[in-house]
Amino acid sequence: MTDMSTTPLTQLDRVVIRFAGDSGDGMQLTGDRFTSDTAALGNDLSTLPNFPAEIRAPQGTLPGVSSFQVHFADHDVATPGDAPDVLVAMNPAALKANLADLPRGGTLIVNADEFSRRNLAKVGYAANPLEDGSLTGAGYHLHALPLTSMTVEALAPFTTLTRKEKERAKNMLALGLLSWLYSRDTAGTEAFLQAKFGGAPEILEANLTALRAGHAYGETTEDFAVRYQVAPAAMPPGTYRTITGNQALALGLVAASERAGLPLVLGSYPITPASDILHQLSTLKRHGVTTLQAEDEIAAVGMALGASFGGALGVTTTSGPGLALKSETIGLAVATELPLVVVDIQRGGPSTGLPTKTEQADLLQAMYGRNGESPVAVVAAQSPTDCFDAAIEAVRIATTYRTPVILLSDGYLGNGSEPWNVPSSADLPDLTVTFATEPNDLDDEGRPVFHPYRRDEATLARPWAIPGTPGLEHRIGGIEKADVTGHISYDPDNHDRMVRLRQAKIDRIADTLPPLQVDDPTGEARVLVLGWGSTYGPIAAATRLVRATGAHVARAHLRHLNPLPADLGDLLRRYDRVVLPEMNLGQLALLLRGRYLVDVHSHTAVRGLPFTAAELAQVLHEHLLALAAQEVPV
Amino acid sequence: MTTRAGAAPAPPRSGLAGVPTAPVDVTLTKKEFTSDQEVRWCPGCGDYAVLAAVQGFLPELGLRRENIVFVSGIGCSSRFPYYLDTYGMHSIHGRAPAIATGLATAREDLSVWVVTGDGDALSIGGNHLIHAMRRNVNLTILLFNNKIYGLTKGQYSPTSDVGAVTKSTPAGSVDHPFNPVSLAIGAEATFVARTMDSDRAHLTEVLRAAAAHRGTALVEIYQNCPIFNDGAFQLLKDKDQAEARIAHLRAGEPVRVGSGELAQVVVRERSGRLGVVPEHEVTRSQQVLVHDPHDPDPSAAFALSRLDDPSMQHMPMGIFRQVDRPTYDDAVRAQVDAAVTSAGTVVSLDTLLRGRDTWTVDGTRPGEVEQTLEGEVTDGPIAAAGDALVEEADEVAGADGPRTE
Ligand SMILES: Cc1ncc(C[n+]2csc(CCOP(=O)(O)OP(=O)(O)O)c2C)c(N)n1
Ligand code: SF4
Ligand SMILES: [Mg+2]
Repeated sequence: MTDMSTTPLTQLDRVVIRFAGDSGDGMQLTGDRFTSDTAALGNDLSTLPNFPAEIRAPQGTLPGVSSFQVHFADHDVATPGDAPDVLVAMNPAALKANLADLPRGGTLIVNADEFSRRNLAKVGYAANPLEDGSLTGAGYHLHALPLTSMTVEALAPFTTLTRKEKERAKNMLALGLLSWLYSRDTAGTEAFLQAKFGGAPEILEANLTALRAGHAYGETTEDFAVRYQVAPAAMPPGTYRTITGNQALALGLVAASERAGLPLVLGSYPITPASDILHQLSTLKRHGVTTLQAEDEIAAVGMALGASFGGALGVTTTSGPGLALKSETIGLAVATELPLVVVDIQRGGPSTGLPTKTEQADLLQAMYGRNGESPVAVVAAQSPTDCFDAAIEAVRIATTYRTPVILLSDGYLGNGSEPWNVPSSADLPDLTVTFATEPNDLDDEGRPVFHPYRRDEATLARPWAIPGTPGLEHRIGGIEKADVTGHISYDPDNHDRMVRLRQAKIDRIADTLPPLQVDDPTGEARVLVLGWGSTYGPIAAATRLVRATGAHVARAHLRHLNPLPADLGDLLRRYDRVVLPEMNLGQLALLLRGRYLVDVHSHTAVRGLPFTAAELAQVLHEHLLALAAQEVPV
Repeated sequence: MTTRAGAAPAPPRSGLAGVPTAPVDVTLTKKEFTSDQEVRWCPGCGDYAVLAAVQGFLPELGLRRENIVFVSGIGCSSRFPYYLDTYGMHSIHGRAPAIATGLATAREDLSVWVVTGDGDALSIGGNHLIHAMRRNVNLTILLFNNKIYGLTKGQYSPTSDVGAVTKSTPAGSVDHPFNPVSLAIGAEATFVARTMDSDRAHLTEVLRAAAAHRGTALVEIYQNCPIFNDGAFQLLKDKDQAEARIAHLRAGEPVRVGSGELAQVVVRERSGRLGVVPEHEVTRSQQVLVHDPHDPDPSAAFALSRLDDPSMQHMPMGIFRQVDRPTYDDAVRAQVDAAVTSAGTVVSLDTLLRGRDTWTVDGTRPGEVEQTLEGEVTDGPIAAAGDALVEEADEVAGADGPRTE
């Protein structure tokens, strides 16, 4: 839409906006659309949806508050932002739940219509904060606007819509206003609405009208003294889209299946925050994807393993409680040495825990949560877009080494989004798999035979001989197998050998890993901050903050948690201090201390939320000081 | 035969359709189906007889040996796959139906068999068993029922009778048992049969029908465990006793127990219940039941399954139910195939990755972007046309309010 504003424009380099409202207010959609329009403008960005565990908690209550934070900038962005600069609060509950996060001086855009005595009482406001001076007194820039009634008024010509229906479009009005305030083009959102409501012209028009009314309000009102512009970020050339971690992960699996030439068979049982992967893959049948919604997680992984036995790419997706149920079958996959990808989108635990919140506390479950010596490969994704690459790497390892691979993501990565420089399929690794088709050994009398546990010398992988292959009929199973022949064996020495062989096979994976990348621009750092998984963004942002003060800190991030990269020990020993932030009580730190005897300094928090950059920067400063203090002669 | 309008396409096909047959010049025999592994069941175990019957029967299918797969759980009976020279997986306790579901769905060209015990199938694996039957996956499930946990040395099982004195029930079991046939019928199984280890001819006949059935065929096999539950089915094995107790189910025939003077038939009483009465005493208020395993209504088959009680007074054997219903694996494959073909031209991976909403960053003018909106790349609608305003759209955004426990 053309811009008639006369309001002066101010350039900003970055902005964090949080949209907050009742679960029924459509805040996720509003945030999503703002994000898309922002992406189209060329800003770098990162988002953090935050929603309640209940579908529709009682309206207007604190548990019912849903929010969506988007951080956009003219430079590259590592996190969704520690704290919002702007808080959009659609009701008193949203204000109350989020105000503490808004720094003094921040901008507040509030739907004043919802601040009725009844709604205020619901969340325990004795007086109306919009009127009692508390907000302006605290230094907030308050814009208390009647968003609901403005929407209803704008939709007056839509005589067939009820008042209630009209009110629902208030999020579009808010979106229009914010788009004006931050100079976003709403063409993308208009196209989106067109696609969504094309079949319902009345509703389409109503939504468009509300959107435009919000924009027009901005142009005409004097409520806002300035509007803002955030210039595009200089991003590498390419074709971009915004993508959430779960979407990227699903696409990574499909891409890997195509590159491997194996049909993808997903066995899954719904669980937050992993269900979106099941949903997404169920729409991709045209790419040969089969999705089976099982009766439980045990069946889900069983179906995946059965499909793998048949020569498909067997995948199962879940979250922590589901991973617990899958343990025994993953052990079977270890024993049968079949490829299997197990995706765990971690959430707060134990037990049901915090279903919609993020955590990294399944690492030890992934590593050791099975009976017996049962090593599996473990890889972790570090950002929403990286979920794509991590999925491909998980498939590579699973098919090359004929092993289960646990791919760890989490709720923050799964639901968070960022711009993705879409790769070309030709640039993706070739994952071609060869099945066994011929006997691979000689029996005692020198006749050719097939031995299902005769291993590849380089990878120690056993042959993948799928049913339907003549002459290679064989039986596998969970009972210990004799080395080479694969017959049942209770022989003590054989068991000892097989346990070590299975471990050695996993260890061999390290041979194919690229050297660790260390970010230590000056080479003067003596403190290394190490991370894995979704702490990548916060650590990157914190490192920047620390370096901005002139201090030196190095940074490295692990994709592979089992096996650990071969050069990790040396790296840890190169620095005087290693700091490891984790959203658990120090699980990787425990592993590293045990493995390398390095005094890793753990920093932990399990609040269901990602670390803030400021918090980690503070931690790093403390370690820098502590290190300096050690050198002060006494 | 029943086909439902609009349901998955094909008219009933053989359970073996799609599985490659052996070349005509190759005659497979029992020998080719016997692996080189030493069989390790106790002497006299009923499992031997079943193994021999299966090894003897498989060549009759005329399939390529490499296209047959046996998947089992854990238990004495679940050792079965090791003794057959086909593909096989001896999996974990109770999970074979799930694993077999994945395999059978991924591979139309395989004949997939499940071997399980009463503990494996009905205790730990009960959930997978009922769901496999409900879905009607094209599997043949051989449920070895010895009314005991054999492998773990003699604890009672979900089919043990109330009062059974076992290792873990010295004072007698207080658990009410499952009747596997009733359970299967209740779980929507399309093929349900009962047979016995020692009756090779009957066993083979049932196997033949089960293999030909497209969908889940549940075959309960009464199997003697001479070590921990010897004689559990003696009343059905002793010739005279068996004659007076076993009701052989034959399609289109009355259900008869015993013969000659002592012959009894199953009748439907005016109340609707089934009764067993001497054949020459059938009254006009009683209707002689003619067995119809193909009856879409499962109630007669279910009622027949209830004739059996711990005293084994009347024991129906044979095929209780055999109806056609689209199979899960066929339907799943049909959806994928339809999506692949209706895509017309192959949807490239690159199109998929780019999605609907992209912009390009041109290297020459940093920051310059150009937005394009492309067609959908998923085969489902990205968003169902909503009749509500934007609130509904949150479901599209996929974030607001998933139910979460
Ligand atoms: C997870 C698990 N729990 C328990 C066992 C021990 N277990 C092995 S077989 C079995 C019962 C087998 O009984 P059934 O299925 O009737 O087979 P049978 O030996 O009688 O043929 C049990 C409890 C196991 N192997 N795995
Ligand atoms: S314990 Fe019973 S069921 Fe198991 S092998 Fe021995 S006889 Fe057969
Ligand atoms: Mg048993």
